[in-house]
Amino acid sequence: MKTRVKKIIDKYHSDKGFLVPILQDVQKEYNYLNREALNLVSAFLEVPISQLYELGTFYKAFSLKPRGRHEMKLCTGTACHVRGVPLMKDNIERILQIQAGETTPDLEFTFETVNCLGACALGPILVVDGEYHGNLSISKTNRILKKLGKKVKIDEES
Amino acid sequence: MKKVKTAQELKSLQEEIKNSRDPEKPCITICAGTGCLTYGSQKLVDNFRSEIEKQNLKGKVEVRASGCHGFCERGPLVVINPQNIFYQRVGLDDAEEIIKETVLNGQIIDRLLYVDPVTQEKILHEDEIPFYKRQMRLVFGMNGNIDPNSLEDYLAIGGYSALIKVLNGMEPEAIIEEIKTAGLRGRGGGGFSMGLKWEATRKAPGLPKYIICNADEGDPGAYMDRSLLEGNPYSILEGMLIGAYAIGSNTGYIYVRNEYPLAVKNITIAVEKARELGILGKDILGSGFDFDVLIVRGGGAFVCGEETALIASIEGRSGEPRAKYVFPSERGLYNKPTNINNVETWANVPLIINKGAEWYRSIGTENSKGTKIFALVGKINNTGLVEVPMGITLREIVYDIGGGIPKGRKFKAVQVGGPSGGCIPESHLDLQVDFDALSKVGSMMGSGGMIVMDDRTCMVDVALYFLKFLEEESCGKCTPCREGVHQMRLILERITEGNGKEEDLETIEWMGKAIIDGSLCGLGGTAPNPVLSTLRYFRDEYEAHIKEKTCPAGVCKALITYTIDPELCTGCMVCAKICPVEAATGEKKEVHTIDQYKCIKCGACFESCKFDAVKVS
Amino acid sequence: MAEMVTLIINGLKIHAPAGTTLLEAATDANIYIPHLCSNEELAPYGACRLCMVEITQGERARLVASCIFEVTEGLEVKTNTERVLNVRRLVIELLLSRNNKHPALLKIADELGVKETRFPVEQRGCILCGQCVRTCREVVGVSAIGFSGRGITRKIATPFMESPPDCIACGSCVYVCPVQVIPMKEENGVRTIMKYDYPMQKCRKCGQYFAPKKQLEYFSKITNLPLEHFETCVGCR
Repeated sequence: MKTRVKKIIDKYHSDKGFLVPILQDVQKEYNYLNREALNLVSAFLEVPISQLYELGTFYKAFSLKPRGRHEMKLCTGTACHVRGVPLMKDNIERILQIQAGETTPDLEFTFETVNCLGACALGPILVVDGEYHGNLSISKTNRILKKLGKKVKIDEES
Repeated sequence: MKKVKTAQELKSLQEEIKNSRDPEKPCITICAGTGCLTYGSQKLVDNFRSEIEKQNLKGKVEVRASGCHGFCERGPLVVINPQNIFYQRVGLDDAEEIIKETVLNGQIIDRLLYVDPVTQEKILHEDEIPFYKRQMRLVFGMNGNIDPNSLEDYLAIGGYSALIKVLNGMEPEAIIEEIKTAGLRGRGGGGFSMGLKWEATRKAPGLPKYIICNADEGDPGAYMDRSLLEGNPYSILEGMLIGAYAIGSNTGYIYVRNEYPLAVKNITIAVEKARELGILGKDILGSGFDFDVLIVRGGGAFVCGEETALIASIEGRSGEPRAKYVFPSERGLYNKPTNINNVETWANVPLIINKGAEWYRSIGTENSKGTKIFALVGKINNTGLVEVPMGITLREIVYDIGGGIPKGRKFKAVQVGGPSGGCIPESHLDLQVDFDALSKVGSMMGSGGMIVMDDRTCMVDVALYFLKFLEEESCGKCTPCREGVHQMRLILERITEGNGKEEDLETIEWMGKAIIDGSLCGLGGTAPNPVLSTLRYFRDEYEAHIKEKTCPAGVCKALITYTIDPELCTGCMVCAKICPVEAATGEKKEVHTIDQYKCIKCGACFESCKFDAVKVS
Repeated sequence: MAEMVTLIINGLKIHAPAGTTLLEAATDANIYIPHLCSNEELAPYGACRLCMVEITQGERARLVASCIFEVTEGLEVKTNTERVLNVRRLVIELLLSRNNKHPALLKIADELGVKETRFPVEQRGCILCGQCVRTCREVVGVSAIGFSGRGITRKIATPFMESPPDCIACGSCVYVCPVQVIPMKEENGVRTIMKYDYPMQKCRKCGQYFAPKKQLEYFSKITNLPLEHFETCVGCR
């Protein structure tokens, strides 16, 4: 791990000003802000660990806990909101049994809300593992989740 | 591409590229902005490219993937030139047919044409479509003519002419004067004069000086900046180059929102190509002027759209704003003079330099010159990005360009300015959109999000939505914002749950004023706006929630019930199948009922009933 | 010699050196402005917003935080206008919703005529003035504690909510907290701050416990002097 982290730090010339991009790379590398990696960054850059913890908890892009295999992002922008997204959100939370922002205990799903993906013509939108699903409805959501292995009731006819 | 070392070389390169392009050569442009990509337009692009190969037309027919064209409602969009034929809602498998019929045989495929909903006429060309007709696409219009990853395309349409003009002998002070005279005001929400900002930064003591492009577009429902950055990153670079030269800066930052991967990708490619060409780096075009750009990604915090929080983020700290008693133009990034402007503002610069301040002044109103790009979304027929001259009325935008409200519903309000703005009701539809007019009615220009609402939108719910958003995005430093917005949210939540109290409205108004006055930065300082403006124009709706415990628009869950109309129910059993808690029950071909004790108001039955038998009350 | 500036606070002509804040100038002139997050030893922070005052520059009147705003020539300041009092009253009611017990808060509320808060009370103790974090960073220099989260979920935290590795147990955070919510006790040669234990050093001469071992180790590190040098209490040296 030491070499991988050192590589990231060297990429930014050990410049403390690039703390946020450095952490973004660490997050990408380990799928979350791995604690050991953070301690290494702290040591390499001579930055107090409390500062890294503060950054890790301030920015939504960072996660201090491992993320799920499937990433589900629901757009909760204003345009999507007026098209009924709160009902979609409740539906997903009910099926996955977690709140938005959390990861299922079996580390299969991470569900988050995002403030506007900028594809408002197709709202509501759910992005699953980078794939955009527009014109979301409850039945469509259920179909997507069923495909990913969740037990849900779906509307056979539509 | 070879490096250009002088302005003359760049000019020659521009000519060379322009001349090498045959305007009669067939060109198929497919919109590949994020909106259309969501429709699957990448597949369409790939299909066109493979068809061209298959039919041995490579080199004879051009296929171009461009940035956003703006008419997001009708994607995927394809434009065929030289005839300028506009196809909308193109099927992913239509590539073959389009090439065979339209490109090779000049035949129009009727079913892909836009049909005017009023006249039922089929329209051939983009600029005749009502959505586009009333727009003035000076900045955004270029998207359709270039592949964002092709520097040649930008040069072919005259790109970097403004840079040549500037480095060929315009004095920095003259450039600043031109921008000041043009009256370009910040398009990110602040509306401050760009020219004055540049001047202040130039005059401030201290080196080095920095310029920053704020691409942290965080207003939910606004995606203009993203589409500009994705579709025409070179125009922003050109604006920044000119600004840096005028101010005396050698380093620029482009701070892009983390949630915009395509924008990050395209601006990164644009920067690399600009470096290769020699218009970024040392001694640009032999002028002795050095300038380069760093691209920084945001960490997922709306507050980082605020200047001082953005600076903190670049410095490696949490996005905590600081009081602006001393402006960033004096002490900004690393305590040095810094000029920050929004993406759209930067993109307007080459236009002004090329065509002159006087020309720019001929567009717009007395105090708001030029055009503005709005994201027209929500309960509107023609969702998309629109660029209009300042001074156009809201009515024209909503009805003439936007095509009115879908499903024949009634217009209720339009939210302008996002979480910092206010709702504008029908009575103000003839308002001429500009910075000052919007502030007068309790709203603000903001970054350009325009969310249209109909009679099934609950204004209390909208206010609550914005408060929840701001509560989550507040940095947490100052008391009025952190605690005040939180408490306001609690009050509004109680109201939507039927637990509102008489004194709540008075409390909200008192809190609103104090939060505006007491907050540290613009986030808190404008947070009460959505609540205060909805209260101003829709007080009766608030009172209905508090006094009668009803939600007139039929939205607030706790105050509505779903019931099945026995006259319309056919007993098809779809609702019973989909109900997650078995509250909807009934026998086949028999009228169904909803058990109100079990019902969790999820809305699944309402959504799935094909006979409109499920009613909300 | 610092340049002097003349300004008017509540109708009184005040002279203050350029570069001082309105709060400092007012305090020196015995004009009271309530404040919770400012501290002479720390850089101005401007978070609690109790110290807001109304200033007039030319035609415009606006509210600014007096702990950050620097004095300027001819500035007109009013410390108790209705607008100002409204902000202070909102702030104190909001703070009371987090801590309605500590005398420092109750005193300010009383001065403003606020008897109780109308907001639901959720006792949290900490008012997020940040003095502890800022002291640890700016005065002590170890940044053992920091903020975590943002918005309403913001709180003072140790890294990963565990024993802070950089803490030297000096107790500065405890002393500086205006509402005294960081607990500290000493028993049987162990100092406990929050819930973390720090063994104390016995003086080589008199045998009394006098300082946390971690603190002495820190001194040794930054001065490059051997640890033994610090293992005698001040009285015995």
